[in-house]
Amino acid sequence: MNQLALLVAATLSAGTPLALAGLGLLLNERAGVLNLGSEGIMLVAAVAGFGTALLTGNEWAAFAAGALAGAALSAVFGWLVIWLNTNQYATGLAISLFGSGFSAFVGIDLVGKQLVETPAPSVPLLRDLPFLGEALFKQHPMVYLVMTLAGAAAWFLYRTRAGLVLRAVGESPASAHALGYPVRRIRLAAVLAGGALCGVAGAYLSVVYTPLWVEGMVAGRGWIALALTVFATWRPARLLLGAYLFGGVTMLQLFLQAQGVQVAPQFMTMLPYVATVVVLVLISSNPLWIRLNMPASLGKPFFPGA
Amino acid sequence: MIRLEARTAPSQLMGVLSPLLAFATTMLVAGAIFAALGKDPLQGLQVFVLEPFNGLRALSELGLKSTPLILCALGLALSYRSNVWNIGAEGQFLMGAIAGGGLALWVTTAELAIPKLAFFPLLVVAGALGGAAWASIVALLRDRFNANEILVSLMLVYIANLLLSWLVFGPWKDPNGFNFPQTVSFAANTEVPRLIPGMRLGWGLPVALLAALAMWLFMFRTYRGMQLQVGGPAPLAARYAGFSSRAAIWTTLLVSGGLAGVAGAFEVAGPMGQLTPHVSSGYGFTAIIVAFVGRLHPLGTILASLVLSTFLIGGELAQSRLGLPSALTGIFQGVLLLALLACDTLVQYRPRWSRSS
Repeated sequence: MNQLALLVAATLSAGTPLALAGLGLLLNERAGVLNLGSEGIMLVAAVAGFGTALLTGNEWAAFAAGALAGAALSAVFGWLVIWLNTNQYATGLAISLFGSGFSAFVGIDLVGKQLVETPAPSVPLLRDLPFLGEALFKQHPMVYLVMTLAGAAAWFLYRTRAGLVLRAVGESPASAHALGYPVRRIRLAAVLAGGALCGVAGAYLSVVYTPLWVEGMVAGRGWIALALTVFATWRPARLLLGAYLFGGVTMLQLFLQAQGVQVAPQFMTMLPYVATVVVLVLISSNPLWIRLNMPASLGKPFFPGA
Repeated sequence: MIRLEARTAPSQLMGVLSPLLAFATTMLVAGAIFAALGKDPLQGLQVFVLEPFNGLRALSELGLKSTPLILCALGLALSYRSNVWNIGAEGQFLMGAIAGGGLALWVTTAELAIPKLAFFPLLVVAGALGGAAWASIVALLRDRFNANEILVSLMLVYIANLLLSWLVFGPWKDPNGFNFPQTVSFAANTEVPRLIPGMRLGWGLPVALLAALAMWLFMFRTYRGMQLQVGGPAPLAARYAGFSSRAAIWTTLLVSGGLAGVAGAFEVAGPMGQLTPHVSSGYGFTAIIVAFVGRLHPLGTILASLVLSTFLIGGELAQSRLGLPSALTGIFQGVLLLALLACDTLVQYRPRWSRSS
């Protein structure tokens, strides 16, 4: 029982960065922009966050630094893709490659540094509940924040006028343009917001989750977050669920090891990647389902004529 | 305020100028970084871009690094022209290395007296099969289940890396290797034959150049090659003409996977001489940049591979000579590709200065 509670707790923590980045990318894609740079953005933000945490000792300053770094790098992406009409796939890849090089370079002096230990956060009173306290209420505030954020994103997309305009820009930019909406500025705003959320996810990884800086430490989570948007068919609530599912798969490794299952650690580490492939196959095998849900202009450039 | 105006036809001049412009931009950024790190920018650039060409030994190393880049980038160029986004060349490279390395390991442990020249073609076949088999997973899942090839091919990179790690930490580990994660050193007869005595450059480079020639013929002189490429810029036209997108998926993935696999086999049986977790220095990812900088053209790929391998060697030199981190290479690579994409806008659009917004 206690084991299970720990597994649930670890799953929530592991799913949080995926959910943060996934929600950011979901907003991006709802506006019609596919950002394959997420892995690089998360890496740069992880370095920025870790460095800030080391300097200030304040996690929230670190998250802010991560968000800033993520927004800055995605601004480059947005400018190239939205104003210069470069290929979204190629540009995203370039951002990812640049980000992994840049973060490795900037982070050289941070390797092996340790953050000051902070007392494990928990929710007063509720933490003393049997089982539930251990499973749900001894978490970092970001874990609860991301749940709220998923709800907020759903409300924004489906219950506000701004969300409607954002979706219109992703479905049919030409129509939105004809109605007088500044399509490119809206897309840039979505890209910046998405980058900032990926940035917070990166900072959470290096400051709270690991907490260390190691070269390439995002380890594909940026790509998995991209896969999550497909898995979620671009809906915030499903994305949150998917993130916890993947977090659970990551944690299964430790759980199985604790149970004494003898499998080479490499195969355990493979699980999230294999799961990503399996999930993509299951979700995509019905083309109609994808076509009905995918933002119609995802990945297509928009160039306002004249 | 600068506005972009669509050109009626793509500018051919800009098509050629854009990589040069991007290279110049990268050099400016590089100089600025050197200056920021307190080094003389000119000295830094000299070590980074000129030193790798200095002397026969340096040129041999340059050719050695160019070989996998050319092989991987050729296949990627074909894929991207056909609108198939294989970004997992790194994984296909590793599986080729595992297949080629496995073959060499078997010859070594069984002490087979196979001549060097007879082993070389076997090595090529093993590498090609390893890489193509790995890429065929991507093709199958994309063709049969419509799964996005970008994400699947990338996930397979992580999986291939872990497979390699399991092999060299586990079943293939050298029993007398002081527990280092590596196989035994391969027997001399499995080594890729060398071109110049005393230099590390081997037959891999001529094979890569031949592959580039073959790819050029396929792309521009065969009907099938043309069919594939129509699907890139004009998918609807391709469908209307009855060109199958399924064929494009399978052909491009098998070809690019096979070529990347051969590159992996050459690396493991060439300069490495054994399997370790660090067979690749990210060649499969660097090759993406090579493919774009080379204009997705086989001959351009050769030139671009020289530029990128210069960066790779320059990074190592900058570390040993100037005490700069070799991670600089990654930054320069990224800047080069970003600058190229930005400059490519000039191929399709003409900048106009106008007063009003």
